[in-house]
Amino acid sequence: MNNQALYNYILGVTDNSLILAQRLGELCGHGPSLETDIAITNISLDLLGQCRSYYQYAAKIKGGDTTEDSIAMLRTEREYVNVLLVEQPNEHFGFVIARQFLFDVFHLLQMQELQNSKDETLASIAAKNIKETLYHRRFSSDWVKRLGDGTEQSHAKMQEAIDALWRYTNELFEITEDDQKMIDAGIGVDVSKFKETYYKQVAEVLEEATLKVPENKYFQTGGKKGIHTEHLGYLLTDLQYMQRTYPNMKW
Amino acid sequence: MSEKEIKNLEAIFEQRIANEEKIEPKDWMPEKYRQTHIRQISQHAHSEVVGMLPEGNWVTRAPSLRRKAALLAKIQDEAGHGLYLYSACETLGISRDELYDQLHSGKAKYSSIFNYPTLTWADIGAIGWLVDGAAIINQVPLCNTSFGPYARAMVRVCKEESFHQRQGYEIMLTLCKGTPEQKAMAQDALNRWWWPSLMMFGPTDAESVHTEQSMKWKLKRKTNDELRQQFIDQTVPQADILGITVPDPDLKWNEERGHYDFGEINWDEFWQVVKGQGPCNRERMKARVSAWERGEWVRDAALAYAEKNAKKNIKKAM
Repeated sequence: MNNQALYNYILGVTDNSLILAQRLGELCGHGPSLETDIAITNISLDLLGQCRSYYQYAAKIKGGDTTEDSIAMLRTEREYVNVLLVEQPNEHFGFVIARQFLFDVFHLLQMQELQNSKDETLASIAAKNIKETLYHRRFSSDWVKRLGDGTEQSHAKMQEAIDALWRYTNELFEITEDDQKMIDAGIGVDVSKFKETYYKQVAEVLEEATLKVPENKYFQTGGKKGIHTEHLGYLLTDLQYMQRTYPNMKW
Repeated sequence: MSEKEIKNLEAIFEQRIANEEKIEPKDWMPEKYRQTHIRQISQHAHSEVVGMLPEGNWVTRAPSLRRKAALLAKIQDEAGHGLYLYSACETLGISRDELYDQLHSGKAKYSSIFNYPTLTWADIGAIGWLVDGAAIINQVPLCNTSFGPYARAMVRVCKEESFHQRQGYEIMLTLCKGTPEQKAMAQDALNRWWWPSLMMFGPTDAESVHTEQSMKWKLKRKTNDELRQQFIDQTVPQADILGITVPDPDLKWNEERGHYDFGEINWDEFWQVVKGQGPCNRERMKARVSAWERGEWVRDAALAYAEKNAKKNIKKAM
């Protein structure tokens, strides 16, 4: 088996969760209500827990003195392979919800496939994640509906966020060379297979929320090759601060 | 109701408390009892919520994934404590929005400790160890307080707080076993958090205005000074195990008293922070008020959506 490809594949799955967890972590204590604070913190915590399982596995594959933390916190910006969607900032609560929703629909479909992976570790982590991811998807869908079909103001803000983030959705379905190797080996998920399902499921929720499905067909890309938006560097500055300032210490 | 009837009710009420019976929201209670409980429970709830901010300050910078997850879980617990304390308070006939108004207008107080900044990672350890440690000492007696909903909320809160405290101490222990830089970070945190933690027990007994009444209603079982002494006696040996020094040159074991003697607390600082002059009072309130204001459209939308759906459901049912 090609260990490097497997390692890269795991990062491709997991960096999304890490970066999104980090974004959600910024919101602790700053949300619109105590209930949403609890929910957002909870989602951040779930995603972080998922990351730890995946990165621990990746660290084992890589060997040497690689750890979950060195993978999560000591790569350069160009080495992070998360999609652009998850690194987008918390402009307002509509963006938080839109970003979450557009990711959750994908994430659930991805985990549902990944639980059938020939790689037992990946399959068992995915199976464990599904319950949490189902909850995330329900939470974000419910809020898309609330905000979309709430007041005139919330409708406008929700539409604004969906429109702004739409250009990052297509990248979810890109397949890198290493992804392809893993798909061929029966380990990775062929995400292109559920692209149509994804857009259909997204559209269903948007319609129920009285929101328009954006017509924009020009999409941004680059995250999976490590070419990110300007936002990621700042996010990593926080994420890596301690590990960079105090190298090789135990915390 | 005649004055005599009220006196009679009050006598029965005081007797019930003396008998260790729980007072429930629908029971008759003197107005002063209600107001005192609203004040104390809401102050406690506000402290949980404002307390999320200094810790939230380190979520994005936590040094490892494990620590980040533990910190998030802790903050989530605190939000949960806030929720059930607000609910307990609401049973006394005040709404959560009114309670928030009191916080945002500065009418209601929250624990002054959260007006101090978290400057290094060690501060997260120190808060768990010292601040949660002090909170537990204040709160354990409340598990037996007379007002039922508060007492029940406190049972759960105390369980989680004691977990947080162990976690905080473990952060300190890891730092103190680490490199000299890490140990210095731990010492620095102790230096900054020690005195404010002692202030968490409130003014000295001679200065405390609520103590007598609160003792009668079992909102307090020990005086501020007694609790403070208990905290010091419990914490100093823990600092010894860590190998760091409590920043009080007057601290000394008193064989005769069976307690530690300690130096004078800077009460001027205490009152200044209570009055709003602490290092972060302005920032904490600004963060809460701005979260509330920025969230208004979200809460409005949720309400509008719920109303629309309720109407739809009624139509369906007809």
